Amino acid sequence: MSLKNKILVTIVTEASLESAICKQLGRLGASGHTITDARGKGSQGQRGGGWDADSNIRIEVICNETVAQAITDFAQSEYFDNFAMVVYSHPVSVARTNKF
Amino acid sequence: MSDPIILFFIFGVFAGLVRSELRLPSAIYDFLSLTLLLAIGLKGGIELAKQPFLTLAPQIAAVFLMGLLLPLVAFPLLRLAGKLNRADAASIAAHYGSVSVGTFAVAIAYMNSRGISYEEHISLLLVVLEIPAILVGILLARGLSKQTRWGTVAHEIFAGKGVILLLGGLAIGWIAGPAGVEPIAPFFFGLFKGVLALFLLEMGVITASKLGSLRRYGLFIVLFGIGMPLFSALIGASLGILLGFSTGGVSMLATLAASASYIAVPAAMRISVPEANPTLSLSASLGVTFPFNVLVGIPLYYDLAVRLQTAFGA
Repeated sequence: MSLKNKILVTIVTEASLESAICKQLGRLGASGHTITDARGKGSQGQRGGGWDADSNIRIEVICNETVAQAITDFAQSEYFDNFAMVVYSHPVSVARTNKF
Repeated sequence: MSDPIILFFIFGVFAGLVRSELRLPSAIYDFLSLTLLLAIGLKGGIELAKQPFLTLAPQIAAVFLMGLLLPLVAFPLLRLAGKLNRADAASIAAHYGSVSVGTFAVAIAYMNSRGISYEEHISLLLVVLEIPAILVGILLARGLSKQTRWGTVAHEIFAGKGVILLLGGLAIGWIAGPAGVEPIAPFFFGLFKGVLALFLLEMGVITASKLGSLRRYGLFIVLFGIGMPLFSALIGASLGILLGFSTGGVSMLATLAASASYIAVPAAMRISVPEANPTLSLSASLGVTFPFNVLVGIPLYYDLAVRLQTAFGA
């Protein structure tokens, strides 16, 4: 099976942002995303995930470099100031490239 | 105080303070809060089925007004005495104008265990009181700014888990009526206290996790977290007397007014006023006011209701 290079963008942030971010991801050109619940600790304190206001999510998007940059720029301008958020990306080799 | 559900709460706080591994999986916590919300909705719905809806309109309007008023009292206090910035003061004011379903559930258990009757359609007023403080909070923080996405805010309020489950429960109880609900009563009403006990256990653990951050915010938040509910309870109880409620009903309305939100408002504020510090408002509502109401407030508000009813009641 042939593999092609794409970018995996990962956003770890507050669960309350889920619907707002997911709506925007489509507009920025992402063809899909995967969300998992997350827990952890960072500069905004411990986020135990036990209940709504305390929950984190991890959003993963596989896309091309342009869309990855757009997602990162969007996250920075909209959310970095006031929300617990970590964004990182790295190259990945994916099968079924027509899906992304 | 020796009520087992209160002991479960104290046990949860203790387990949290000693950093025990104890915590309910979030799916279980979701299930417990869902069961409580539906049970409270159903109880109210059954009662609604017994009376014409229109007779409730004055009560709904009065409680809505109270929800607008309470944050307007809290806001200047937080700004001037607490020296908080505008966003934080508005957000905390919204928390204290809205309600806590957990506190309401404890008050139901308190009334039931003492055989005190109350107007059970008060669940409807619980839903009504969730909403206005959120609107006032956003207006206090932003003014009539064009940036506020009111559509998103409305969606957050009405489609949020709390309001939709309460409204769903009310509608089901109302349509099905007392006889229709009877087959599911053992689950929702029979197990109510058991579910509440487990819910309070987790709330205790969560409360303990907020106690640490209290030290950062100082004495004012503690004083406000106790003083504001006492004032709100007086307003709620007086309104109950004006509306001609029974002593139990007056006490329930006082409890509703005194409680501070920790689910619906934090979610709405996070979206609408993101620059407000969520840890600060949750430290106050969960770290101070929730335990105060559960441990001390509810019996106190009942006592207040009895006194007011004797002095001014019909």
